[in-house]
Amino acid sequence: MMYPFSYHRARTLDEARAYFEGGEDAAYLSGGHSLLPTMKNRLAAPDRLVHLAAIPELRGITRAGDRLSIGAAETHAAVAASPEVRGAIPALAALAGSIGDPQVRHRGTIGGSLANNDPAADYPAAALALDAVIETSERAISADNFFQGMFTTALDEGEIITRVTFTVPDSAGYAKMRNPASRYALAASFVARRPGGVRLAITGAGNNGVFRWSEAEAALATRFERGALAGLALDPGDMMSDMHADARYRAHLCAVASAEAVGHQGKLTLL
Amino acid sequence: MSQSEIAITVNGTERRAEVEDRLLLVDFLREHLGLTGTHVGCDTSQCGACTVILDGQAVKSCTVLAVMAEGAEIRTIEGLAEGESLHPMQEAFCTHHALQCGFCTPGMIMAAVNLVDRHGPDVDAETVRHQLEGNLCRCTGYHNIVKAVLAAAGAQRTPAE
Repeated sequence: MMYPFSYHRARTLDEARAYFEGGEDAAYLSGGHSLLPTMKNRLAAPDRLVHLAAIPELRGITRAGDRLSIGAAETHAAVAASPEVRGAIPALAALAGSIGDPQVRHRGTIGGSLANNDPAADYPAAALALDAVIETSERAISADNFFQGMFTTALDEGEIITRVTFTVPDSAGYAKMRNPASRYALAASFVARRPGGVRLAITGAGNNGVFRWSEAEAALATRFERGALAGLALDPGDMMSDMHADARYRAHLCAVASAEAVGHQGKLTLL
Repeated sequence: MSQSEIAITVNGTERRAEVEDRLLLVDFLREHLGLTGTHVGCDTSQCGACTVILDGQAVKSCTVLAVMAEGAEIRTIEGLAEGESLHPMQEAFCTHHALQCGFCTPGMIMAAVNLVDRHGPDVDAETVRHQLEGNLCRCTGYHNIVKAVLAAAGAQRTPAE
């Protein structure tokens, strides 16, 4: 049995804010596939949950020119299956289809994943590499400013992600090595080729969460082929280290995943 | 203690109840409705023994609050057979020896029914294996489970004229 809390289903953003402010230590609930397990482990103990999934502004996937806009409450399964996403950024659809397992993808949402900013989550890498704008109940935040270290974002208390708008690149690829038990990334690289250059973001590996590998971006901007990365290396001192993969191995995996993402644009590559 | 009124349609019958907000959907099914075919294996969203179909999608009912399912339609393992006639997926699991201890079987069958609904009768073995990634079985090694799912899917195919 979980510890007691109260549940409130919001119909509008204003209602969600009001419920949130009425709690001592409220939390927003989207798909619940990170929050509920965290609460079961007593690693979080909000006194009230404000459910966002019924708010209409958080729904829908639309493309206008080079902007692809995804509602925060869209599930990983919906993103993976969306004709708009598959047409605009096939690697993003494939990324969504590689999160967790089918049951998890039926409930977990893109907004929830970004707000949680787990250092091994997939979406933060796509948001950063695709120069996304995170739209909230209050403002628009660029991905470069949004992610601020493990489980930390630019969101203020009570602020709600409403949509995520990705810039459609010329092409993009995502490559990852999964922890075979948890399915989270041990190291993964999202590489987007754009008119202005190349953006490359790494998740699962950095000891401060998702980050851009600027040295690799510069090399790929000059010559977009996997060989351009030869000799480049990340500092193991900046990597996470645990029983599954030590820092040196993670640094190595980042380079391998980046090369694979460059070599396999337009798709997901599992190492 | 925070409580809410919920109305959830389970296997075609609307069920109304006043439940604690913290109640998990799996505990609502098992303890309030007595539908103990849905199992709790790990209680950590890993094993899939608690899989049910919620509004057409397989979900882990240990990671959904009962109040989140307000207004939803749920199908559980008890909702598959028609009287004494097992569902074709249940028949196929028997025929192909796709279970040993049986603990994972209800969740495995609900995930399998849902994947065939989503991928159609021509689904291939590789897709079946990937689509069952969220269901753990500690007895069979999965091979016979995949055979059973493919057989049940194939049985849905309209015979060629």
